[in-house]
Amino acid sequence: MRTIVLPGDLLATNPKVAGHGTYVENGKVYAKFLGLLDKTETSVRVIPLRGKYIPSVGDVVVGVVKEVTVNGWVVEINSPYMAFLPAQENPEMKPNKKPNEVLDIGDIIVAKIINIDPKMKATLTMKDKMCRPIRFGRIVAINPARVPRVIGKKGSMIKLFKNELGVNVIVGQNGLIWLNGDRRKVNIVEEAIYIIEQEAHTEGLTDRIAEFIKKKKGELENAGGS
Amino acid sequence: MQEEVKLIVDGRRIDGRLPDELRPIKIEAGVLKNADGSCYLEMGKNKVMAAVYGPRKVQPKHLADPTQAIVRYRYNMAPFSVEERKRPGPDRRSVEISKVSREALESIIMKELFPRSSIDIFVEVLQADAGSRTACLNAASVALVDAGIPMKGIITSVAVAKVDGVLVLDPMKEEDNYGEADIPFAFFIRNGKIESIALLQMDGRVTKEELMQAVELAKKGAMEIYKLQREAIMRKYRVEEEEEE
Repeated sequence: MRTIVLPGDLLATNPKVAGHGTYVENGKVYAKFLGLLDKTETSVRVIPLRGKYIPSVGDVVVGVVKEVTVNGWVVEINSPYMAFLPAQENPEMKPNKKPNEVLDIGDIIVAKIINIDPKMKATLTMKDKMCRPIRFGRIVAINPARVPRVIGKKGSMIKLFKNELGVNVIVGQNGLIWLNGDRRKVNIVEEAIYIIEQEAHTEGLTDRIAEFIKKKKGELENAGGS
Repeated sequence: MQEEVKLIVDGRRIDGRLPDELRPIKIEAGVLKNADGSCYLEMGKNKVMAAVYGPRKVQPKHLADPTQAIVRYRYNMAPFSVEERKRPGPDRRSVEISKVSREALESIIMKELFPRSSIDIFVEVLQADAGSRTACLNAASVALVDAGIPMKGIITSVAVAKVDGVLVLDPMKEEDNYGEADIPFAFFIRNGKIESIALLQMDGRVTKEELMQAVELAKKGAMEIYKLQREAIMRKYRVEEEEEE
């Protein structure tokens, strides 16, 4: 069991080990926000338990187009900050097309953050194999602090959904999740994701979710058979 | 003069406390669903509720600061919180309290991490006794932690009063009304140690020595409250044991 730390708790006296969620003052490392302490020989970091999604470079996010401009799209990414997708970063964009013919207000996209300037203006790209506009499937929204649990250890949770139910899942770091597959199976996954979000105790969570899916899958097959 | 009321008899105060004793305190973190962070706190007869929203987009937009987050704090008393119904809406007193409380919290919030955004703190006094501003600050501090806002440490606040020539910790209403001085404090606490003063006000008359004694008395009380604030947060998050990678 890892310890919970509060802002201002002293974590280390060597500033070289300071990692995410910490700050250094007078050569000492303190926690910056509420979270779980993850301490190793070479690094100290705090895993947040609460908080909004703050974009960082390399994150894959699910966003909603809020505005179309001449040279790109303004995208809402479930964060205090809007992101911008330049026209040249969208492979679907052709010289003879107008931006609103490619993506319009209300369209949902999976995109990757490639740059953040000091004023927190995030730039997106869709030139990545994971990235795509979404025109089918379902979006589920959860608390961004719960994202690592939905992914599971080394993506175990996502694999579970894929192998057991054949449902494709893309988890945006901002807490929006895209599900695609058989409608009834997507229902099960959606329910499972809400369980993961709710369950505070994650000990053996993967096993419990696996059991839950088996049970639901059994029910589904029985209903189909009768 | 109303000084005839004896506020200290045989070294005990009218509610039976010793001069350096706090009123009973109850803190509960994470009580509101819509807020990003919240706290309910009782300090004697004070009952206050704090809610934190943010960091979020600034509304209206022209208030946004391109280099850092703006912090907004609203102290408000419910009409039914005092003996005689208070007309709803801000007044001089609550505007002032909001300002000084905001400044206390601004000193620890890492605003520079969230340019162009706002962190909004709302504190409602549901039932008022003396020291409601200190109760509100304590609640706001817990709510900020609950919201996961990056901070240098925690703010803990307590008042000291002078009644019948004696310095008393955490005054109650009678002591505030008929006492000789009222001095609210807020401290920046980091790693269980008081680092600096974040709020200091005084109303009344004390000598230089008495003020220095008051600081020491307040520090002692603040440490006790700090422990309770910590416990309240731990109680809520203890269940969140293992985070999977």
